[in-house]
Amino acid sequence: MKKNNAVSWLMNYGIILILVMLVIGFSFATANFMKFSTIFTILKQVSIIGIISVGMTYVMLTSGIDLSVGSIAGVSAVTAAILMLHGVPILPTCIIVLLIASIYGMISGFFITYFNIPALIVTLGVMTSLRGLAFIVTNGMPVFGFNDSFGNFANSTLGLIPYPVLLAAIVFIAAYVSLEKTALGRYFYGVGGNEEASRLSGVNVVRIKYFAYAISGFLSGLAGLVLLSRTNSGQPAAGMGYEMDAITAVVLAGVNIMGGEGRVGMVVIGVLIMGVLGTGMIMCNINDYVQQFVKGLVLISAVAFSAYSKRVRARMINK
Amino acid sequence: MEKNTILKIKHLSQYYPGVKALDDINFEIYEGETHAVCGENGAGKSTFIKILTGANTPTKGSIEFAGHEYSCLTPKESMELGISVIYQEFSLIPYLSVSENIFYGREIKKGVFRDLTAMNEKAQQLCKEMGVELDIEARVCDLGVAYQQIVEIMKAVSRKARLLIMDEPTAPLTLNETEIFFNIVRKLQQDGVTIIFISHRLEEVFELCNRVTVFCDGRYITTKNVDEINKKQLISYMVGRELADDFPSPKNGIGEVVLKVDGLTNHVVRNLSFELHKGEILGFGGLVGAGRTEAAQAIFGADTYQTGSMLLNGKPYMPRLPKDALQAGIGLIPEDRKHQGVIMGLNIRENIIYSVLERCSAKLFPYIDSQREKSCVEKYIKELNIKAPNMEELVGNLSGGNQQKVVLGKMLATECDILIFDEPTRGIDVGAKYEIYQLMCQFVEQGKSIIMISSEMPELIGMSNRIIVMCEGRISGELAKNEFSQERILELASKHCIMEGLQ
Repeated sequence: MKKNNAVSWLMNYGIILILVMLVIGFSFATANFMKFSTIFTILKQVSIIGIISVGMTYVMLTSGIDLSVGSIAGVSAVTAAILMLHGVPILPTCIIVLLIASIYGMISGFFITYFNIPALIVTLGVMTSLRGLAFIVTNGMPVFGFNDSFGNFANSTLGLIPYPVLLAAIVFIAAYVSLEKTALGRYFYGVGGNEEASRLSGVNVVRIKYFAYAISGFLSGLAGLVLLSRTNSGQPAAGMGYEMDAITAVVLAGVNIMGGEGRVGMVVIGVLIMGVLGTGMIMCNINDYVQQFVKGLVLISAVAFSAYSKRVRARMINK
Repeated sequence: MEKNTILKIKHLSQYYPGVKALDDINFEIYEGETHAVCGENGAGKSTFIKILTGANTPTKGSIEFAGHEYSCLTPKESMELGISVIYQEFSLIPYLSVSENIFYGREIKKGVFRDLTAMNEKAQQLCKEMGVELDIEARVCDLGVAYQQIVEIMKAVSRKARLLIMDEPTAPLTLNETEIFFNIVRKLQQDGVTIIFISHRLEEVFELCNRVTVFCDGRYITTKNVDEINKKQLISYMVGRELADDFPSPKNGIGEVVLKVDGLTNHVVRNLSFELHKGEILGFGGLVGAGRTEAAQAIFGADTYQTGSMLLNGKPYMPRLPKDALQAGIGLIPEDRKHQGVIMGLNIRENIIYSVLERCSAKLFPYIDSQREKSCVEKYIKELNIKAPNMEELVGNLSGGNQQKVVLGKMLATECDILIFDEPTRGIDVGAKYEIYQLMCQFVEQGKSIIMISSEMPELIGMSNRIIVMCEGRISGELAKNEFSQERILELASKHCIMEGLQ
């Protein structure tokens, strides 16, 4: 029994151990790793992916996937830049951009629920189109010189904590409360766990799915704004590949790719692992190509681990 | 005429812990005959087929096929002996053509390449031999169900099947399609193919078969020539036993009409009209596919209906979604617990509370009141006697009976007045079954009503106050309590086919 408990703890929280081991490993490898400044650099770096991962969590809990997050972030960033360049103040700009980003998500939701097309295909299409849109509205050129004070946000701190980190923390807490403590949140788990049973229990499955993609769109838009503020220029190619980082982080966190299982608290760990891995490798002077290679391996190992632990757990139950 | 025995079943038995699925079966099948195997649900027919195809290893006994004795068969051996099964669920590949399907797995090759021309030619020839007109280059998914079945048969025939087993072959077919299918079977009979024919539709047994063997509760009852017996006798063999099972009976009177369904019609259900009374358990009998589930789903708002109207407590009731039904006080316990009932990844608490989460939440901000949630769940765990270490246990770890109680708890939590049970005790052990029956009684004793769809005769007869029997989407009869008998219900369940046949 005792051994079983240890095993199941490892199955559930093993990635915390992985995070700790990574941190220890990199501390030995590079002298500067265990410094406050490094930690905040990592946190600041992962805040954008973190915000996107929260949206991805909602979607993946319903057994969907959203490949369009990176493109939404990119197109949102350039839209905001253009709006501000034309004199629209910061707050209205943010509201408009977030609204449009949510609508992008709902467009995916519409095609997925109304035509019953797999999410993978729909969001692949949306991803491609929106990336195209980002290039169209900017003519392929970066947009800058829009509003200096907007750039202050991402690069200043509240006490020690950078604002983007604070924002990501708020998003995670809000997601935690909504997923764990509200009726609506429970429906995301229910719909992903058993769509038909949810429907027969009186849940409006279509609306829940719309919600998931709208939240994902909204948060991708938010991430786009943070990105714009940090770089101070609207790059049409911004956010490329973010979907892969977010999916990796969420899967690493043990969210079931078939939906219905996963805790947003663990997604924080998943995101941190990505951050530690990325920054740690840079500090160890490991080149970009190798980093890519490692990230891919991490994704595959995470999925293999979760599949394996499920088998072990099933064996333990059936005993 | 001297008959050769092709298949001899000797003391064949299959035991599972606590259940004798097959118990000491002995009979013979002659070469070239069409032999029906009849029995109620759970009589052991499927187990018998599974042993012949090598899917199951029998506990005792042996099979003698064409003079060789086997204590068990592997799927490969079975296929090599020429035993082929045609299931209700086809094993065809929808996007391949007819001829590609027929030769699937043993394609005719020219070098390393498939020789499609040769396959098409052979398939065409096969069509001619069997007297079928079929576009052999058409994709299987574009064919009607009957023709898909014919492709399945052609596949078996092209494998030089010596024994063809047909498991409920006509279940998915319409009347016209059944006729097409019958012609093929007659052609096979002329060619001397041995057929084991399994069907719930007894007319078909009399129309197509030479002999019939009856199983009941895993035991062999008898084998007769079909011209020796009539339908009534056959049914009495199938029923075999008196109803020994004990059913609790509710101590309450039956009140006024609470639900009136008038002319409900959808893709399966045809012009369904009935009334449900307060305090009543209304049973729905019929064969699988008679449209009972579809009717229940339509009443619950989970399936569409084109015409028809419903009155709930005298007021018009038009559910568009299950949510509407639940709000109006109608609940549904679906037939497929695993796929429609419980959410395996959630725990007991989360499942039971699932339909009434909003009621356990604060008004302004929908924050779940975990205190209220727990007390509500506790109440139903106690009331339903759900056996689990605690309410945080994953539903996936519970037994079938306890899972069913969780689904029941979820519906009771909605405080509905009408509950529709679709196969209330499917796959549940005897003890839990009785508990479910008691809960049903308690429910109607509170002046609420139940619609119960059941394919288990004893349950249907033991629990219902009144039984409506459906056949091919229509009501084929209604029985009052004093008219209940298994024979009557079986007769009504296949009545429509006879009536249409006479027209």
